[in-house]
Amino acid sequence: MSKGQTKRKYTIFPFGPQHPVLPEPIQLRFTVDEERIVDVGVNIGYVHRGIERACELNDYRRNVYICERICGICNFIHALCYCMVVEKLLGLEVPERANYLRVIWSELNRLESHLLWLGLFADAMGFESLFMQFWRDRELVMDLQERTGGNRVIISTCVIGGVRRDIGRDLANLVEQGMLKLKRHMDALAPVILKDPGIKKRTVGKGILTYEDAVRLGAVGPTARGSGVAKDIRSTGYAAYGALGFEPVVEKDGDCYARLLVRFYEVYQAIDLILKALKEMPEGKIRVKPDRWPEGEATARAEQPRGELFYYAKANGSNRLERLKVRTPTLANIPSLLAMLPGYEVADIPVIVLSIDPCIACTERITYLKKDGGK
Amino acid sequence: MAKSRFKSPWILHFNCGSCNGCDIEILACLTPRFDVERFGMLHMGNPKHADILLVTGPANRRNARVLRNLYEQTPDPKVVVAVGTCACTGGMFHNCPNVLGGVDKVIPVDVYVPGCAARPEAIIDGVVLALKKLAEKKVEPVKAVGGR
Repeated sequence: MSKGQTKRKYTIFPFGPQHPVLPEPIQLRFTVDEERIVDVGVNIGYVHRGIERACELNDYRRNVYICERICGICNFIHALCYCMVVEKLLGLEVPERANYLRVIWSELNRLESHLLWLGLFADAMGFESLFMQFWRDRELVMDLQERTGGNRVIISTCVIGGVRRDIGRDLANLVEQGMLKLKRHMDALAPVILKDPGIKKRTVGKGILTYEDAVRLGAVGPTARGSGVAKDIRSTGYAAYGALGFEPVVEKDGDCYARLLVRFYEVYQAIDLILKALKEMPEGKIRVKPDRWPEGEATARAEQPRGELFYYAKANGSNRLERLKVRTPTLANIPSLLAMLPGYEVADIPVIVLSIDPCIACTERITYLKKDGGK
Repeated sequence: MAKSRFKSPWILHFNCGSCNGCDIEILACLTPRFDVERFGMLHMGNPKHADILLVTGPANRRNARVLRNLYEQTPDPKVVVAVGTCACTGGMFHNCPNVLGGVDKVIPVDVYVPGCAARPEAIIDGVVLALKKLAEKKVEPVKAVGGR
């Protein structure tokens, strides 16, 4: 080494698997040059349970409850996507009213998830009171989930061929009032999100993901929509989304603030969708029973709060599935996250990591080989 | 010192393979509706600050080591609360290929809180039970290093 030319020394430090900012275990290894992030590596598999295998061992009707527990936050949408893929295998036509009910519960899940995220994001920025306010409002949604589904978190209302519970007139009134109240509360918080200089200082221009990168790295959900990619599976019109009419929320800047805005506007959108679905819901049956066992191959897609959810199923005419494959949005968003981080400071890590809304419980589908290799 | 330990217990939460359902309920405990801070409970990120270890989800082969590390780093006296059916017994994942079973396969558990997902009221109740156990546990006097 010649004089005056010293080799740059990088520090490598691990973030996780147990860390106060992350409620869930994931390990990110950062290579830093003093305060600046140079490179990031990711290490997952701490939550791997082998659910896909469990689904092959159980009766296909019981798998709904296993799929729900892939992720407790967006449980209904997991169940819905599983039911959609099996209904395709069975050639089952779901009653119209069940489709509307599915939209209502999907959007309640989305509200719950987005309010949760908005709170956690505020906490990551150090805005404790905003965290508490979002979580207080989230309890409104939890109450409605409990009244309509029977449980606060895992509501188990979706079954193959429809839904298990109906929302009658009284309950519909209750949901409507809850939604209007939530809307008033959100109106009160909107000036904080839109104007507060503290929030802007922490998020504007941080963790930029350009439109090209978002497309190239296959970002999904609010992460992609924050970068101007109008990609939302609800536009394909599954369940009753086609009949209700749907336009994705898109922001162009691609930074953490854009992703914050996308989710905040989606809260309003979900409220409007629920109100519209309650108004336009037709009368009729809510469930049809399957009359044979699934056979063939099929795929289904649904929009989770975090992005596109994809199910693939293969069946051979018995009461068990031969193969079930689940691809969850956080897994698709991890390459984008790794592209967002380099160049920013260590203090920005929590905000940027949270801005993709990581759900590790969802992600842990593909670590099978890695686990065996790493053991 | 001993009094402050059960008057204001500090909590460490570790998710070892849960579906998030119980985790969000633990977080909900901290927020205005349930507000466990009125019992002096604080959510800590550092195992060395904690008195109570709240564990959610079934233990699996990969996180068993992390869980044992966290348990060993938590200073005595400590209590472990297993939150949710999976943490108690493995729940619906009990025969999944990668799952060892309940948390008690890896570390000793003092209080079991069942439920899928465990309700915030049940979690608070479990933690209050854990406080009683914490008060009963004896503290070994710390011996000075170096033979003095």
